[in-house]
This record gives sequence, structure tokens and C-alpha cells, in this order.
Amino acid sequence: MSNLLQVNDLHVTFVTPDRTVHAVNGVSFDLKRGETLGILGESGSGKSVTLRSILRLHPEHRTRWSGSIKLGGDEVLEMGPRALSDLRGQRVAMIFQEPATAFDPVFTIGQQIAETVRRHTGKSDSDSWKRARELLEMVRIPSPEQRLKAYPHEMSGGMRQRAMIALALSCNPSLLLADEPTTALDATVQIQVLLLIRELQREFDLGVIFVTHDIGVAVEVSDRIGVMYAGKLVELAPVERMVDAPQHPYSRGLLASTVHDGMRGQRLEAIPGAPPDLAEVPGGCSFAPRCKFVRPDCTASVPSLREVETAHAVRCVLAA
Amino acid sequence: MDTLLPIQDRGGPAQPLLLATGLRKHFPVAGGLLGRTTKVVRAVDDLTLSVAKGETLGVVGESGCGKSTVARLLIRLIKPDKGTMVLDGDPVDEPHGITVNELRRQVQMVFQDSYASLNPRLTIAETLAFAPRAHGLPAAEARERVRDLLAKVGLDPVNYADRYPHELSGGQRQRVNIARALALRPRLIILDEAVSALDKSVEAQVLNMLVDLKKELDLTYVFISHDLNVVQYLSDRVLVMYLGKIVELGPVEAIYGDPQHPYTKALLSARPSMDPRKRTREAPIQGDPPNPINPPSGCRFRTRCPFAEDVCARAEPPLADTGTQAVACHMRVAGSGHSKAVAA
Repeated sequence: MSNLLQVNDLHVTFVTPDRTVHAVNGVSFDLKRGETLGILGESGSGKSVTLRSILRLHPEHRTRWSGSIKLGGDEVLEMGPRALSDLRGQRVAMIFQEPATAFDPVFTIGQQIAETVRRHTGKSDSDSWKRARELLEMVRIPSPEQRLKAYPHEMSGGMRQRAMIALALSCNPSLLLADEPTTALDATVQIQVLLLIRELQREFDLGVIFVTHDIGVAVEVSDRIGVMYAGKLVELAPVERMVDAPQHPYSRGLLASTVHDGMRGQRLEAIPGAPPDLAEVPGGCSFAPRCKFVRPDCTASVPSLREVETAHAVRCVLAA
Repeated sequence: MDTLLPIQDRGGPAQPLLLATGLRKHFPVAGGLLGRTTKVVRAVDDLTLSVAKGETLGVVGESGCGKSTVARLLIRLIKPDKGTMVLDGDPVDEPHGITVNELRRQVQMVFQDSYASLNPRLTIAETLAFAPRAHGLPAAEARERVRDLLAKVGLDPVNYADRYPHELSGGQRQRVNIARALALRPRLIILDEAVSALDKSVEAQVLNMLVDLKKELDLTYVFISHDLNVVQYLSDRVLVMYLGKIVELGPVEAIYGDPQHPYTKALLSARPSMDPRKRTREAPIQGDPPNPINPPSGCRFRTRCPFAEDVCARAEPPLADTGTQAVACHMRVAGSGHSKAVAA
């Protein structure tokens, strides 16, 4: 089966007069239709930057990139403005952490969804409105007819997130990018939205990239999980492998330091120190300063992402 | 010489460190013509709780349930509309009792936003010395205390004392906030989502430190969080809140092992699974928590409860003792009129 998305050696650097940040330093992965890739990482790991690069959402004049992002054969990094705006929403859609800021506060939910449908499909006003109604039904918003006329602030957090999913799917994209879409939601609402994303993904055979810092959330939705650290993927594996037998010391530390059932009274295995500053590209393994298995060859050169088993790749000199 | 010694225990181990009775806080919402008060947010409604000496009381609930209002009431950042508080036998802010200032010497708080809780213009040393100096500690002793405090929270005093908050990472800043909370040698620390903004690897460091400090300094914690796993890890007793009311209260083993209230059950099973072979198949409850401005009549959870009946809308369920824990649900009250009520 051919790949929906192919990211190859992506580098993203933000340049401002007083600072250069190497946010993404060589990320490669691919994604098939109908597959969900979870990208797990802490703040500053480059997970959101990677995701936003797929839609080229970074400010053009301050961003330098290299590598390749291929969507069904088209190179995203070489697209002109026209091709980009056709890409956004129509082929690739994105949902964000804060639906309140993703919607325009002065238009109703219905106006915003219908406008998107009109722009991308050329449907008439009444057909677009009808489609908006269908979409709200699809994301299981009760009394959709009334909700179409609601302004974003009149809806609860969970409803707004559902409405944003409706908006994202309004033009039948093949790829959905999700940037921590449930982080701001309450526990009982989060699980509803996760289940909804999973269902819609199956129904529409979507490729999904789901960025999160929460391992439990990643486990609930992902087929494969990629762990990012300091702008690199340090491990990429099917979800079962990642949970059962993580290989990279950072993935292991991350799993061990996450509190879950049955850890009461035990001392937590914390990773000492803090992630590196990305003002300079780290030479060698960027996790080495915090790693308890560090060896001289860790700092000599950047370890490559090697496959240790089918579909399980690790960026560590110790991985076998 | 040292004017700020740790406070001695007075009532013995059986007397609760903090007892709050019938706390109520309603916030008026200005609206309508001429900004008249038309609505009221019932943030906390007749809440009674006690904190035993040396325990960690966990408080969980979703946004709008009033858990942060409880924290602010306990340390009197806001004044309750009704209700009393007693700190180790001393009534707070009453004749013959202790003043609010004295309460705040013994009860301290750590907030979620580590940056907003620090004064950006003060160095770490100045921040930490501020309260001890205000309470009359001589400058030389205050300097020594700052060194002690930084060492206690795992920050090298030589390196960190003269830095400003923006020069620290989130985890380091939260350590400073914890050190500041310890500066007056309090007995009770209220941690309001204190680790929620931290990355997981840093969160684990801070949790380990909180466990160590509690033992070393004989502290009592009220730990407020939306993260059920962290609350389970740290707490001895757990209080579950929903729309300003206690729905369930009991030892951590009982609450997590045998939850009785439908809301507690839903909250626990809404946790994402850590096992890809046992993914969640169905959301335990639908909808969002309702707005606390107009809480439902009777049992406030009834609008989302799968077992709701007429009686739930009519009467408010009392917090009934089941032997192991206390539950506010008509199904746990014999003769309440609910078809699933326990036998007398």
C-alpha cells in the first residue's frame, strides 16, 4: 500500500535577529491511509513544529527548512501560495488544543463551517448550510439545527472541540493533524472526543497524526507511536511494542516516570535534569547529558534511527 | 534567637489540623441592564471537611467543580460567605481565635502557574526571604534560611539565589515556589494543581521531592488536581467534588478500589488506558459538566447520571457514611425513594 504522507529528513529552524532555534533536526516518518501515528514528547521537543510544517503554518520569513514532506507525491515544501491554500482544509485538516481560539468569535459555527465548504467545494449557500448541519450530526452534537446558529462562546469546551472536528472534516481531507486536541478538556469529556476521533478515522479511512504529551491518550488512539526529544524522533514503534518494550532510555524514562495505577508508595523513576536548549544543534546524542547509560561514543556523533526489529526503530547506540 | 520556629502541635494527633464547617462561596455575576447582579455562581456550597495531621488529602474534580475555590477559602485568599474554620483547635478570624495572618503562617499554598506566582523583579533569594523578613527574622538569619530552603528543594544556593524567575525552567521555578511555601515553617501546604503544568519527567522529580519534604518536615498536604493518577499516587484520603459539592470522600483505597458514586465511577473509568489491548470502548458518561451558574436541582449530577430518577431532582442527597467512605447519592440511602436504594 502506498504512503499517504512521507516526511524525509525534515529540519526546521526559526531565525530571529537575536536567536536561532533548531526546533526540528532531521525527522523522517511515513503514514498510510487509515493509520494513526501518535507523536509523544514534552514541551520543546519539536512535536508541534513537525506537525505544523506539514501545513506550512510557520511564518515564512523567519523559518528555514530543509528535507522533504511529500503528500501523495506532491512536495509541500515547494508549494506556491495557491497550491498551499488548496492543500489546507481540502487535503489536510488540522485541529488544535484551544477550539476557542481556532474559531472566529464574531461568526456563528454554522457560518464558519458553511464558508469553508463553499470555498473548497464551490457549493451553493443552501447546500453548504445543509452540509454544515450534516457535519454537526456526524460529530454527534445534539440539536444541530440550533447549534449552527450558536457563537463559539455559547458552547461548552467539549462541544466546541466537536465543532472544530466537524469543520476540519468538512472538505473530506485524507489527512487529519491533531495538536493536543483533548489537553484542555475535562477527563469525562476527553475520552468522548478521543473515541469520536477514533470512530471518524475508521469511518473515513483518514490518516491521523496525533501530537500529545500524554502517554495514556497516545495509547488510546495510536497504531504507532513516535517519541520525540530535542527535535528528533528517538524511537518509533507499533503501540504495543512501545508500551511493552521501549528501547530508547528516554522513552523508557518517560514511561517509568508517568504515574499510573498501582504505583502508590513506590518511588518514581524521574529523569534527572531538563531538555537541552535548542539554540545550537546538539552534537552527538542530545539525550546523553541526562542518560544514565551514557558511553563515550554517545557524544562522538549523532546516532542514527536504526531498525532493531520490523517497524521498530531506535536512535541509540545501545539499542540492539 | 530564631523568631520563626516551627509551630508546636497543640491538640494532639487525634485533633484535625484543619476543620472547615459549612463553607459556602457564591460569586455574583454582573449582567443585564446597568450591571445588576442577576446570576450567582455557586462555586462552593455548604462544604465540610477536615484535614488530619500528617495526611495528604487529595481533591479531584473537573473544571468548575469548585476545587480551586476550596483551596482559596482554606487559606482565606477569599472570604467565605458562610462557614467556620478551626486550625488545630483555634477558630480562625473570630474572637478568642487566631487571625487570618496567623492562619497564613501555618497554612501555605503553591499554585499551578510557576511563573505568575513569582515576582519577576525579585531574585530568588529576595523572594524566599520576603516572608521571613516580614515576620521579623533578622537579615542574617533570613539569608541562612534562604540557603537552607534552596538546598531542601534541590537547587544549589550558590547557583540559584541571585537569579531571576525568567532565568529558571518551569520545574526549577516550581521548586522555588515550594521553597517559598516552606519559608515560614508552615504545617499545612495546599498544592493547587502544583505539578499540572510540568512535563512528565520533571513532574516525577517534583512528586518525589514532595514525598521527601513531607516526611522530613512533618507536613500535611491538601493536594488538588485534575490528574486522577497523581492524586492516587500521593493521597491518603480523597475528596471528589462535582459542581461545588462533595460527592464522595474516603480513603484512597476505597475511592479507587470500590467507588460508590456514579460520578466517581465515571471519572475513574474515563482515564485513558495505558494498555493498547484494553482500550476504552465507550465513554462512561456523555456531555460536559453543566455550568455552575444554574446547577441542577436536587442531586447536581443527575443530568448526566445514568441512574437518575424523580427523587434525584426533588431532594439533595445527604453525604451518607457507608462504613468505608462517605457518598452523596440516593442509591446509597435506605428509603430514599430511589428504586436502586440500598436495603435498610
